[in-house]
Amino acid sequence: MLSDWLYIGIFMLLSLFLPAAAIVIAGILGPKKPSPIKNSTYECGIETVGETWVQFKAQYYVYALVFLVFDVETIFLYPWALAYNQLTFYMVAEAVLFILILLTGLIYAIRKGALEWQ
Amino acid sequence: MPNFWSDPFGFIIQGFNNLLLSWGWPASTVQVVGDALGAFVLVAGSLFFCLLLIWAERKIGGRVQDRLGPNRVGPFGLFQAVADMLKIFTKEFVTPTGVDKVVYNLAPILSVAAVIMLWAVIPFTITFYGNDLNVGVLYLVAVGGLAEMGIVMAGWGSNNKFALLGAFRAVAQLVSYEVPMVISLLLPVMLSGSMKLNEIVRSQDVWFILSAPIAAIIFFISSIAENGRAPFDLMEAESEIVAGFNIEYSGLKFGFFFVGDFLHAFTIALLFSVLFLGGWRGPGADQIPLLGFVYLMLKTTIMYFVGLLVRFSLPRFRIDQMMNINWKMLTPLALGAVIATALIDKGVSRFLVTLTPVLYAIVRTAILLLANALVLWTGMDLMGNVLERRERRVVAIEPRPVARPEPLPVEPEQSEGEVP
Repeated sequence: MLSDWLYIGIFMLLSLFLPAAAIVIAGILGPKKPSPIKNSTYECGIETVGETWVQFKAQYYVYALVFLVFDVETIFLYPWALAYNQLTFYMVAEAVLFILILLTGLIYAIRKGALEWQ
Repeated sequence: MPNFWSDPFGFIIQGFNNLLLSWGWPASTVQVVGDALGAFVLVAGSLFFCLLLIWAERKIGGRVQDRLGPNRVGPFGLFQAVADMLKIFTKEFVTPTGVDKVVYNLAPILSVAAVIMLWAVIPFTITFYGNDLNVGVLYLVAVGGLAEMGIVMAGWGSNNKFALLGAFRAVAQLVSYEVPMVISLLLPVMLSGSMKLNEIVRSQDVWFILSAPIAAIIFFISSIAENGRAPFDLMEAESEIVAGFNIEYSGLKFGFFFVGDFLHAFTIALLFSVLFLGGWRGPGADQIPLLGFVYLMLKTTIMYFVGLLVRFSLPRFRIDQMMNINWKMLTPLALGAVIATALIDKGVSRFLVTLTPVLYAIVRTAILLLANALVLWTGMDLMGNVLERRERRVVAIEPRPVARPEPLPVEPEQSEGEVP
């Protein structure tokens, strides 16, 4: 069990390290001639106006909330799916009821127009 | 000890381990060294494999669009990608003033690393895989989510308004399409009773694309959207927001976004063939693992080609269309497929246990296929009703101001003497 995750850990470190090393090598190989004009923000030749780091539009939060509901729901369903072959019909029906409740919520959100992009 | 000709991967791994053990190294050290070396080979191999992918993508893309594609450097232009890589290694990094340095530099690394991490659990043959995690499918979902972090970080860290717009779009798109993908991944887990990818491959006596076609289609569509490729490339739409999230990147940092992109496209095909097309399974693959590798690559190539055709032939969706497809089509359909499969499989299978195993598999698959077709048909019908009942705001017909040289109204001349 632990050795499984040891491999994954080594793999993650390497997959982060190799691209980083390539970028460092490219940084050493490439020329370095910065100038104020070259380093200015590119916005189609027009000088940038005002603050860039603005707030997200509030509508994104609706999507984020629905996403959270459904992602957490699905994570709940994974143990059930894993044990599916050993379950009785009654247990399966219970999980289906759980999904149906959430499906109702989704249909409610759609009918309310919460998932309408404006 | 496996035979070299039937299983070269297993032969090399076993031989290497035996060699280290014969030098008197302790078993735990041998394992760590073996793990590190195996991981290094997979990571570096996938990065170099990307050169071939870039060539293939450009060549096929050229053919689809009635061009030749790269054809000058080397045979069939094979070394074009190598030449491009050598060039990109010697280019200058232009870092604009005012970027968030840490986030800006971490983003390209993360977007490549997230894709490579997926390769850690993919079973290439019966003996050749990184590691068969017992939460493999969940690992795929979790690591796949990291790639979108890379894109959001790039857009936010660049301190550029176009990049920020790309990041906004990426947040909406990638977060949304994760939902149907995770739900559709439930079905292979349900049918095989395991989250180990190798176990999922092993239990596919009948390919899961036959017993769970809706899940397969939804997985394919939402993976393309997660990848941010052509019908769903809103976050880097060239004609709208210049280049989106990667506008301020140059040199290899820019290149790494595309390495991640190309590699992700291939990894999607790989995952699709592992989860739904039987992976390395095929006649004789149990005895000769090398044959299984050939089968897997064959299936992957076909799916990769389908993905490329989709990319080069479909126009880009509008953002409200894209959100509608996800929330009003794919998510309810995926949930419906899960419900139908769970109920019907459980309800029917108890009456089928008297059949012989072969007949049982055939009848079960046929029933599931029928159930899926029914869900698809009713689902599309219902969703069509829901979509049509909402009136859409039509922008194009409303009269809008246009820059047209109209005759200026002639003002009456004023004499200077009339000033009150």
